[in-house]
Amino acid sequence: MDLRFTPEELAFREEVQTFFRENLPPSIHTKLLESKKLAKDDIVSWQRILNKKGWAVANWPVEWGGTGWTPVQQYIFQEELQLTPAPQPLGFGVTMVGPVMIAFGSEAQKKRYLPRIANLDDWWCQGFSEPGSGSDLASLRTAAKREGDYFIVNGQKTWTTLAQHADWIFCLVRTDPQAKKQEGISFLLIDMNTPGITVRPIITIEGGHEVNEVFFDDVKVPAENLVGEQNKGWDYAKYLLGRERTGIARVGLSKERLRRIRELASMERDGDRPLIEDERFREKLATVEVELKALEITQLRVVAAERHRTDNKPDPASSILKLKGSEIQQATTELLMEVVGPYALPYQPEREDEERWNEPPIGPEWAGPVAPTYFNWRKTSIYGGTNEIQKNIVAKAILGL
Amino acid sequence: MDFDLSEEQRLLKESLDRLISDRYTFEQRKAYGQSAEGWSRELWAQYADLGLLGLPFAERYGGSGGGPVETMLVMEAFGRALALEPYFATVVLGGGFLRHGAGEGLCAELAPKIAGGSVTLALAQTERHSRWNLADVSTRARRDGTGWLVDGEKGVVLHGDTADRLVVTARIGGGQRDRDGIGVFLIDAKAPGVSRRGYPTQDGLRAAEITLAGVRVEPECVLGEPGAGLPLVQRVVDEGIAALCTEAVGAMAVMHELTVDYLKTRRQFGREIGSFQVLQHRAVDMLVALEQARSMAMFATMMAAEENADIRRNALSAAKVQIGRSGKFVGQQAVQLHGGIGMTMEYKVGHYFKRTTMIDTAFGDADYHLRELARRGGSLVAA
Ligand SMILES: Cc1cc2nc3c(=O)[nH]c(=O)nc-3n(C[C@H](O)[C@H](O)[C@H](O)COP(=O)(O)OP(=O)(O)OC[C@H]3O[C@@H](n4cnc5c(N)ncnc54)[C@H](O)[C@@H]3O)c2cc1C
Repeated sequence: MDLRFTPEELAFREEVQTFFRENLPPSIHTKLLESKKLAKDDIVSWQRILNKKGWAVANWPVEWGGTGWTPVQQYIFQEELQLTPAPQPLGFGVTMVGPVMIAFGSEAQKKRYLPRIANLDDWWCQGFSEPGSGSDLASLRTAAKREGDYFIVNGQKTWTTLAQHADWIFCLVRTDPQAKKQEGISFLLIDMNTPGITVRPIITIEGGHEVNEVFFDDVKVPAENLVGEQNKGWDYAKYLLGRERTGIARVGLSKERLRRIRELASMERDGDRPLIEDERFREKLATVEVELKALEITQLRVVAAERHRTDNKPDPASSILKLKGSEIQQATTELLMEVVGPYALPYQPEREDEERWNEPPIGPEWAGPVAPTYFNWRKTSIYGGTNEIQKNIVAKAILGL
Repeated sequence: MDFDLSEEQRLLKESLDRLISDRYTFEQRKAYGQSAEGWSRELWAQYADLGLLGLPFAERYGGSGGGPVETMLVMEAFGRALALEPYFATVVLGGGFLRHGAGEGLCAELAPKIAGGSVTLALAQTERHSRWNLADVSTRARRDGTGWLVDGEKGVVLHGDTADRLVVTARIGGGQRDRDGIGVFLIDAKAPGVSRRGYPTQDGLRAAEITLAGVRVEPECVLGEPGAGLPLVQRVVDEGIAALCTEAVGAMAVMHELTVDYLKTRRQFGREIGSFQVLQHRAVDMLVALEQARSMAMFATMMAAEENADIRRNALSAAKVQIGRSGKFVGQQAVQLHGGIGMTMEYKVGHYFKRTTMIDTAFGDADYHLRELARRGGSLVAA
């Protein structure tokens, strides 16, 4: 047992850091450091830089452009993205629909879509949730009826993240209304430019536009866009949701946030001394640091165990990554609220949006995104399966209750 | 980076698991605890045969040169067993003082005896008002020719009632809480001037209050630098904390297993109580607390040998915070989810709860270490 990284692993980290330092555009880096919103172009141009290097789809099999890295290398790469910080390659393509196509798609689908996912030529979004089907996803009702060489799709998806940028949406649709609810679902790829699709923004509590409603009104989808077999979509969705084991904890992101909190709390004054010297504040900070350290080791345990995995049984430790990871991320946003204090108050959305950014800031330069981030980050215990649903899954799959 | 055990470590773990399941059933433990000394001499001899008592000592002293990972394996197994023998006091703490503080002569004399099982040790450090401040020492040592005379009172000395030798901290100079001026002395427990009042502890172990009245110490029995003993004490205590963390993880794991089993067997309202979601989620919260604690115990194990004292202390404090908090949650919920049966002396779970509670009070509880961590201000998560 040796919890230190090997010299080879450290050299790899060095290589990743150097590449990021030399190739990440400074404007993107600054936005992330200051928790400002990225424009679509920022995400696209960075993913293309990664793709040129061969790192955009690091987790894929080598024959489809993956790197063949060990689990530890994958982990280091992910962590460096978060620590730098640099944008993550777009998850909907790289960690969701891409791997599903690789596992279950046709050769034609792989050839057509995978290279475009890697280069972010196509922006994908995820059409699973519906107004009546959130946690109980299998109750979904958006219908796809086979007519000749097409499926005719009618219904509504909701909470669709960044659908406003999307070229394609991968959807769970009901193809057999008679069957048991999990057995009548198919996995369908839909071009967002098809007539009959309407996208409407949903504005979230902090004022941002991340999520959307997507309506389907007699949308004609070529039958060749079905992934795998008809009515097997639920299995593919489970595969997709179960794959992301280690990225979800986002330890690197929380580390970077804590670094920033220390930096800002050393600058902010509380009476005649910096806030960082306040004992109670330091205890809270230390509390989160302890939890994060523990989670980091837990995550490394899961990563290290990957190479011994033979079956698909999840490591008991992996189940806690999303639960603890989301709580810790949320705790860091609360600490930042405490650092900014009364200047959490001013609502200045235009400062999030570079194009319209010409007014001087109200309060400290960095205050603008603090409260919005706190509000927005409540989502991490809701999306991707709520924390309550995660506990249901752990109770059943791991504890056998 | 890997979390795998070496072949030898795996064998050690297997033999520990076998020993525990053969010799440490709940009923057997009760019998050991009721003996005069409160633990089993027979098992102690068996530990010696298995090489456990010589684990951390160099081979030339009859040991096997094991490191923190080996100690971790032993302590986790003993945590699962709720073992009563003075392993922690003798081998982890006492052995630590020998390895880091004793001269060649003393090591050559004592280490083989410890490894062979004929000598046990105890650390007499805490005093009535010192709480967890290792520098708070009123016991005094004054020069007496080439040796020393020690006077004072020590409390809650774990296994101090049966120990053959005592490691005693005493002040050579300076004020009561000065960091300088502390000496560490090895005292024969039967030496003139030593009196002991032994008693049972809450968690089924034994401890003693010890009075030292003009106890003579020979020069070769001074550990470390007289007057500069605190770093030695701190170092051994840090190793001790790592060991206690893994012992606590062993105990927590058993509490979690017992609880999940109980949820599957106990029936109320015509169904297993484990079908109630509120209890399922509680059991998952316990699992999260347990796994976070396990991770921090591993971290503590890795950092226990760190030479940089500041880095080491931050790491061990962080681990102790996590263990204290997880231990309290897992322990309280394990009792709660068992209902009335969890409250009985007859049932196992309460005994584990009591042990993890007392581990929190040893060498600083969760709040104490959180305060220390915050006071020292160093970042734990710096990449
Ligand atoms: C910011 C954001 C982005 C999202 N992005 C996407 C996306 O891109 N694509 C997509 O398809 N979806 C997306 N989602 C949707 C997300 O997956 C759902 O919100 C989530 O699954 C919960 O469903 P719901 O909102 O309908 O809540 P509900 O399922 O109605 O849950 C309400 C409450 O009841 C609890 N609850 C429900 N069932 C149980 C149970 N059995 N036991 C205990 N408690 C229960 C829940 O935990 C929750 O607290 C996004 C959501 C958000 C907030």
